[in-house]
Amino acid sequence: MRTTVAPALSFADCRRGFWRLLPLSLFVAAFGAAFGLAAVQTGLQPVEIVLMSATVFAGTAQFAALDLWGAQVPLVPLLVTTLAINARMLLMGATLYPWLALVPPRRRYASLITLSDANWAMALNDLQSGRNTLGALVGGGLAIWLTWLAGTLAGMVFGGLIADPRAFGVDMVLGCFMLSMALAGRRTLRTVAAWIAGGLAAWAAVRWLPANTHVVAGGLAGGLVGALWLERDQ
Amino acid sequence: MIATAGAGALLIIACMALVTLLVRFGGVFVMGLIPLNRRVEGFINGMAGSVLIAVLVPIALQADTAGRLALLGTAAMMFWLRQPMPAIALGIAVAALYRAV
Repeated sequence: MRTTVAPALSFADCRRGFWRLLPLSLFVAAFGAAFGLAAVQTGLQPVEIVLMSATVFAGTAQFAALDLWGAQVPLVPLLVTTLAINARMLLMGATLYPWLALVPPRRRYASLITLSDANWAMALNDLQSGRNTLGALVGGGLAIWLTWLAGTLAGMVFGGLIADPRAFGVDMVLGCFMLSMALAGRRTLRTVAAWIAGGLAAWAAVRWLPANTHVVAGGLAGGLVGALWLERDQ
Repeated sequence: MIATAGAGALLIIACMALVTLLVRFGGVFVMGLIPLNRRVEGFINGMAGSVLIAVLVPIALQADTAGRLALLGTAAMMFWLRQPMPAIALGIAVAALYRAV
């Protein structure tokens, strides 16, 4: 995984990343429509809903905010919840560091503004397989951001976008996508061991730890396997 | 407690957005403070794959039969063709078909 050349970030790379992730953003639009509808029902003003989707851009955290919403909102518990739910992004950002370290700081942080599950997974897969570009991160992030916003708006105006997204399998898009990204990478005994440790830790966290801690638990467990079991030929 | 009337709601949203942005930047920022050696690189490598798996675990646990068949179809297609797009398409089609029948 060691690279010496900074990953490219041309307009063409971003455009390609945008179109690669746009079809997969279908689930984002459905999720956004559900959020828009729920936010209207919770009593948020239209401008507040649009601003939240545009600037927070993190679905699970936004749904959690609706749970705490009322005439009065407890700010500190809300921010702690936001931090806890989005903590997985800390790990995702960290996994991109070996490549982003080679990029000038302003571009490094600007390319993380739309970091989310799907564009992170695709960008990491590109970088690990030798496609040295941040196009999937930035262009793909833009595609997800736009569909998230469009879905939110559609949910506010029309209610649920599709009568039953599950009938079209939309609820499985993210799962199938993440699975394909995991299986697309290079597999060694070591990576499989990290998967098993991460999967077991995530499963245990789902059962026994507070909600939304499973990604951090799984990531750290897999990281420990990686740190303790080093590849000999480096 | 902050009242959501007037500008209060916008303040709450701005705070949420700031926290989320700091988390998006935070992983890369913290890694910049840690010297990159073989152990750290091993940790990052191990973490990369297991985060993907960890995202998948509750999806697979909570999925119905159609959802689990979708994941199975995607996995089979990945082993056969090693191309994500056909694999994802097959998975979704399996879920949709199973639910239609």
